[in-house]
Amino acid sequence: MTGRPLVVLDNINKHFGDLHVLKDINVTVHAGEVVVVIGPSGSGKSTLCRTVNRLETIDSGTITLDGEPLPEEGSGLARLRSDVGMVFQSFNLFAHKTVLQNVTLGPTKVRKKSKGDAEKRGMELLDRVGIGDQAQKYPAQLSGGQQQRVAIARSLAMDPKVIMFDEPTSALDPEMVQEVLDVMTDLAREGMTMIVVTHEMGFARRAAHRVVFMDGGQIVEENTPDAFFTNAQSERAKDFLSKILTH
Amino acid sequence: MGEIFDFSPIFESFDRVWAGFQSTIQLSVASAILSLVLGTILVAMRVAPIPLLRAAGTIYVNAVRNTPLTLVLLFSSLAISDTLHIVVSDVPRTNYYWFGVFGLSAYTACFVCEVLRSGINTVPLGQAEAARSIGLTFAQSLRIIILPQAFRTVIAPLGSVFIAMIKNTTVVIVASYAEAAAIMKDLFEDYSASLGIFIGFAIGFMVLTLPTGYFFGWLAKRLAVAR
Repeated sequence: MTGRPLVVLDNINKHFGDLHVLKDINVTVHAGEVVVVIGPSGSGKSTLCRTVNRLETIDSGTITLDGEPLPEEGSGLARLRSDVGMVFQSFNLFAHKTVLQNVTLGPTKVRKKSKGDAEKRGMELLDRVGIGDQAQKYPAQLSGGQQQRVAIARSLAMDPKVIMFDEPTSALDPEMVQEVLDVMTDLAREGMTMIVVTHEMGFARRAAHRVVFMDGGQIVEENTPDAFFTNAQSERAKDFLSKILTH
Repeated sequence: MGEIFDFSPIFESFDRVWAGFQSTIQLSVASAILSLVLGTILVAMRVAPIPLLRAAGTIYVNAVRNTPLTLVLLFSSLAISDTLHIVVSDVPRTNYYWFGVFGLSAYTACFVCEVLRSGINTVPLGQAEAARSIGLTFAQSLRIIILPQAFRTVIAPLGSVFIAMIKNTTVVIVASYAEAAAIMKDLFEDYSASLGIFIGFAIGFMVLTLPTGYFFGWLAKRLAVAR
């Protein structure tokens, strides 16, 4: 990767009570890079993802977004968060807003775009993820896969520098996983910088530039998808892969 | 028996009875609006990320909610208006009306605040996380995402708070403002107390409170957030 360093995590440590969930994490994600984070449950990968826009606080270390250190609170934090898209496992669409309002809310309230401009761009994005004809519906009227695609459009509407995906397909019925992965694969091809926590090994192979394997709060191994999936170096990664790739 | 169920005093003095209930309605409407505004400000303080605001909100709610309404109203009219000479109108009746509204709203706002706070607890955490993730500030996420959803889940219990408030207007008599209950006392003195007068006024209050309850029940169904 030759892009500029966009997300830099330097020596991050975090505890939940006595549990040391992130241990000396160092990761740099460059512009245009797609990094897939995998690992067993409880390995800290979701927590890592959520620290990048400070939905989780950290105990020590520094997080830098496009050269700017992440502020601890206030309007500076809100501004940097607006540049980091976030797609959640449980979608988290605003339940009292229509699909289109979900997508235009950030651009109008945070970016101060006019309603007309925001709606025009919002419709383009909804069309792009294949939900254009559902724009006036409420989230509860949509299937899980459709809701997650709206959530991706909502992130894109902010023109983020990077999008974090926190297990975006884990809550979906199996037949809806592919439609979400297809949207994500397209994004990756178009050069969006992405950090993706997922169990979808097919997506990792197809779209990722780099795979980060975590276990017990540590980054155990990092490599290209090809090298990682065919020739994992650590015992823990080999053990993990043997369990998930055999079925 | 005929005398006990004699409703004629109500009809003979209907102008006064109607004027009394008009005062009750005026008190109720103004206090409902003001307590809703105050209660919303209080709940914003109680969930704010600033410890000082949180403490102020908590102390206010616990102090006022646990003081009898009679004392709150006496404090409002006697201490603030009569003793400190803070006056909103030179017409005594208008002045006492407003201090009645202030006292009743200061008291009811605590209950509105607590009902809203329980509503906030029903909004999934993910809604706030998504709001923060698109760069909304704390105040924006509260105003645009959290409170609108919280309001909709607590419309029915808010109806109960307002029904209690309408009945609490009968205490405003201690703040020197005459509403329906004060007129009832007058009629007792003029005609001697009778079950007829009592039932007449009780029905008068039900005419106000029953539709309030049904209205809020209907509104709750209509505005429910589907998840």
